[in-house]
Amino acid sequence: MSQHFISVEALKRQFPGNDTAVFDDLWFSMDKGEFVCVIGHSGCGKTTVLNIMAGLDHASAGGIIFDGTAIEGPSLDRAVVFQGHALMPWMSVLDNVMFAVQSRWPKWSKAKAAEQARKYIAMVNLTGAEDKKPSQLSGGMKQRVGIARALSIEPKTLLMDEPFSALDALTRGTLQDEVLRIRATTSLTVFMITHDVDEAILLADRIVLMTNGPGARIAEILVNTLPKTRTRETLHQLADYYPMRNHLLDFLVRRSKNFIPPPGWDARKPPHVRAAGVNAAAE
Amino acid sequence: MKMSFRLRAAVVSAALLVALLAIWQIATSGVGQTQAMDPEYAKLMGLTATQGKSAMPGPLDVAKILWGHLADPFYIKGPNDQGIGIQLGYSIGRVALGFGLAVIVAVPLGFLIGLSPLFRQALDPFIQVMRPVSPLAWMPLALYTIKDSAISSIFVIFICSVWPMLTNTAFAVANVRKEWLNVARTLEVGTFRKIFRVILPAAAPTILTGMRISISIAWLVIVAAEMLVGGTGIGYFVWNEWNNLSIANVINAILFIGVIGMLLDQLLGFLTRLVTFTE
Repeated sequence: MSQHFISVEALKRQFPGNDTAVFDDLWFSMDKGEFVCVIGHSGCGKTTVLNIMAGLDHASAGGIIFDGTAIEGPSLDRAVVFQGHALMPWMSVLDNVMFAVQSRWPKWSKAKAAEQARKYIAMVNLTGAEDKKPSQLSGGMKQRVGIARALSIEPKTLLMDEPFSALDALTRGTLQDEVLRIRATTSLTVFMITHDVDEAILLADRIVLMTNGPGARIAEILVNTLPKTRTRETLHQLADYYPMRNHLLDFLVRRSKNFIPPPGWDARKPPHVRAAGVNAAAE
Repeated sequence: MKMSFRLRAAVVSAALLVALLAIWQIATSGVGQTQAMDPEYAKLMGLTATQGKSAMPGPLDVAKILWGHLADPFYIKGPNDQGIGIQLGYSIGRVALGFGLAVIVAVPLGFLIGLSPLFRQALDPFIQVMRPVSPLAWMPLALYTIKDSAISSIFVIFICSVWPMLTNTAFAVANVRKEWLNVARTLEVGTFRKIFRVILPAAAPTILTGMRISISIAWLVIVAAEMLVGGTGIGYFVWNEWNNLSIANVINAILFIGVIGMLLDQLLGFLTRLVTFTE
């Protein structure tokens, strides 16, 4: 019935022993090749949404349809980049990526799996570090391996849970560039959680705004009106950048706390908003 | 001149050893009171009564016997007179067998307990009651059922080695980092591959630590077990030499027991380092 690639329908998650749900009645959808970010304060359940999408957690009500079928559990079609990189410390970089490759294609020869792994290690610019252990790598390099591992299984979607939040600002910037570059060549569907406003504006086509938990909902979805060719260096010079940024900050600082659904607001169809030109607060 | 820390520690160690040997020598060379006695009677009395010599051997007496053991450790001159190497070999063999059997039982069982909350709950009362039992308390039961003293002591080693390995394995398996398991789940890794590629390497350092505790306990227990069952082994040797009133041999045995125990511990320590990873 649903023609969207991913569609989240009436999603609810309530943990045992809690009277109120973490979030309730979430509806949104993603099309193939889209990059969608979820932004919201801690405790609004955004990681739980991602975990349900990954198949690591289950919904209390509602569900997620992925490529025509309801998500029941984890799948190699949905690769996850974990917040804390989650590399196996006893395996080398190559073995970490090969572990994923051999999970996807168990019948491949060792040489072929290694070749595939090396290809993706090269894609994240880590050639030369294949034989290192994760403990010998910097935080940014570890997360690069995490991304290479996720991409190496050639998934249909990439789920990223605040992948760069543990990194310093400079490293985060270069990794965001990597993600932009990789996406330009692969046209992957990406679902990403972040609490970094600039990161969301740089990477996402649409930004899902969640209100504070418990009982979090999707207030609205901000459409990114910046040109697709945007880069980190020139982002702040683009006309719509400050209106979008202000819109997001305004939501996070003020509106996410006491969101009152405006008249006509429908949880099934959270309004798509554009910040362009609206009260442009830029200089 | 500045000495390295290790060298200074070695110098202090050596000084302590010399001081200890000196005190030992002085303490045992003292001449006690003697009394005049009939020569026939004196022949029946030991050196303590006739010359006032202490029955406690001095370091030189012990060293002389030690040299004898080292020169010919593997002789066999009848069932009650075998080289110390042979006796230690018996003990090490029993420990290896009992410990090996314990590994075969404890590691898979530990995995089962660690992976299954049901088994953890169900087996917990048994483990809690059995673990504090002195392994030697099993000896009569083992002797009665197995009817073989050598196998009974191996069984006692097995039973005392099992617990630290079992509890450490179960703990390590149950506490493998959630995110590594989640990686395996999102990659749809099968159960056996998950056990061997993720859980086992993650748990290995803790499992090996359990084994290290086990082998130390096993080496403590084998001496007592062999004192009880007799026949062969370093524990039997100690008891036999006590019956011979050869304190010098008992001291030698203590030395050998200490050295072998240290080597066993270092072997396991080396293996632990092999599987330890830094995060």
